[in-house]
Amino acid sequence: MTTTSREPRAGTGEAPEDIKAVPVRHPGRWVAVAVLAVLIAMLINNVVSNPNYRWDTVGKYVFDRRLSAAALVTLQLTVLSMFFGVVLAVLLAVMRLSRNPILTSSAWVYLWVFRGTPVYTQLVFWGLISVLYPQVGIGIPFGPEFASFQTTEVITFFVAALIGLALNEAAYMAEIVRGGILSVDRGQVDASLALGMSRALAMRRIILPQALRVIVPPAGNQFISLLKATSLVSVIAGGDLLTAAENIASANLHTIELMLVATFWYLVLTTITSVAQHFAERRLARGSLALHGRP
Amino acid sequence: MVRAQGVRKRFRRTEVLKGIDLDVRRGEVLCLIGPSGSGKSTFLRCVNHLEQIDDGRIHVDGELIGYSERGDALHELHERDVCRQRAAIGMVFQRFNLFPHMTALDNVIEAPIRVRRESRTEASERARALLARVGLAQKAQAYPAELSGGQQQRVAIARALAMQPKLMLFDEPTSALDPELVGEVLAVMRGLADDGMTMIVVTHEMAFAREAGHRIAFMDDGTIVESGAPRDVLANPSHARTRAFLSRLLAAS
Repeated sequence: MTTTSREPRAGTGEAPEDIKAVPVRHPGRWVAVAVLAVLIAMLINNVVSNPNYRWDTVGKYVFDRRLSAAALVTLQLTVLSMFFGVVLAVLLAVMRLSRNPILTSSAWVYLWVFRGTPVYTQLVFWGLISVLYPQVGIGIPFGPEFASFQTTEVITFFVAALIGLALNEAAYMAEIVRGGILSVDRGQVDASLALGMSRALAMRRIILPQALRVIVPPAGNQFISLLKATSLVSVIAGGDLLTAAENIASANLHTIELMLVATFWYLVLTTITSVAQHFAERRLARGSLALHGRP
Repeated sequence: MVRAQGVRKRFRRTEVLKGIDLDVRRGEVLCLIGPSGSGKSTFLRCVNHLEQIDDGRIHVDGELIGYSERGDALHELHERDVCRQRAAIGMVFQRFNLFPHMTALDNVIEAPIRVRRESRTEASERARALLARVGLAQKAQAYPAELSGGQQQRVAIARALAMQPKLMLFDEPTSALDPELVGEVLAVMRGLADDGMTMIVVTHEMAFAREAGHRIAFMDDGTIVESGAPRDVLANPSHARTRAFLSRLLAAS
């Protein structure tokens, strides 16, 4: 995108010559490079040569089946709860911005509850939902019931964790989505309505696509903190990366080594996320990068 | 084509329109002039129901805008019907309001496809013809940010025309443009007027009002002070307020 061809300025006739000038010297940069290089070398030397890290044990567990399977659970839990969280968040954001006072206040109450309590408490609650409601059924409100299930069958630990994380995430994402919607120029709504679009159509085709540009960077943040928040599901189920690492560590007492392995896997997952975010942002920048494209 | 009767509009406690009566015939180009804050733009936004009026009636092509009258009660129209009314009225804004995430062509075909349910090929074909008409056939794939203000405004006109409106509203279409770009937009509007489009144009371009306008209405403080043939209103304004406005405008230019 940085290679947009520039037409020669009208009137000058020929292309201007490039200026050849001696660049300004930055001696401070070289000093900084030298200092940092020494510090980094010391750190690496220390970490590698310190036998207490037991890198051989770390290496043994890095690709341990139990841990890579747990990393996958963490990823699944994150992706799924982010997905459902975002869907609900868009709904909540639109509700908060609607002109219907019932909708705005119910959205407000939702945010009040789910942002106002620790996600840990919420997860415990969802984990114990079968105590409150041993059975769930489908039927007509106050009327006959067509089918009923044991709660523990329907809401497995994974589902409970998913519900807990998604509902909490929705509350945070709702505010991010609302901010994105508010960032879009009001003239866009005017133009859409003047063309005969309904409010819903304008929201879907004109407003939300533009809001996404503002939504994606903080949503990337949310995704990464959600990735790490999955470790909290250990309170109800475990199966996630950190819990699996802790379980192994509690058996063999190699706590530091297993935490290093978990760190490695978390970094792999967040790196993938950041790369995905980069490409998403580039795609959403269509129409604005073309001219103002030099980053 | 347009008939406004006793139109009133309040924002909170400020009355912005204080009883507007106005008729625009089919094929007529009416230029609305007046100082800023006089209610010109608000009136325009009432004509396609972007603003709700508090009193009076606006008819476009014989149809009451925004309401239906049954007996002696007014009923608000369902959103679907408001959209249908708006689809037949084109509007061009001071700040263009093109959709920045879409190319010029996509801007023009969006409403025909989504609102009028036209096929993409049919809509694209007409959109290309419209872009050619406003002199931008080569810019179909350009994004708004890659176009000059004048080009953006011409795309915006093509976008409004794509809905085949029977009435076009222009809200200060050249006020946000660099002076050297004003001409290209006015030329397109003149072409439209020559083709017999009914137009209401809020403008400060007196040259355009004089040459392309069939009638000028001068608005001040929420009322229409006087209206008549451009020659008469501009050369021999009958009201002191019109005279004061025109001499201020002349002094500024």
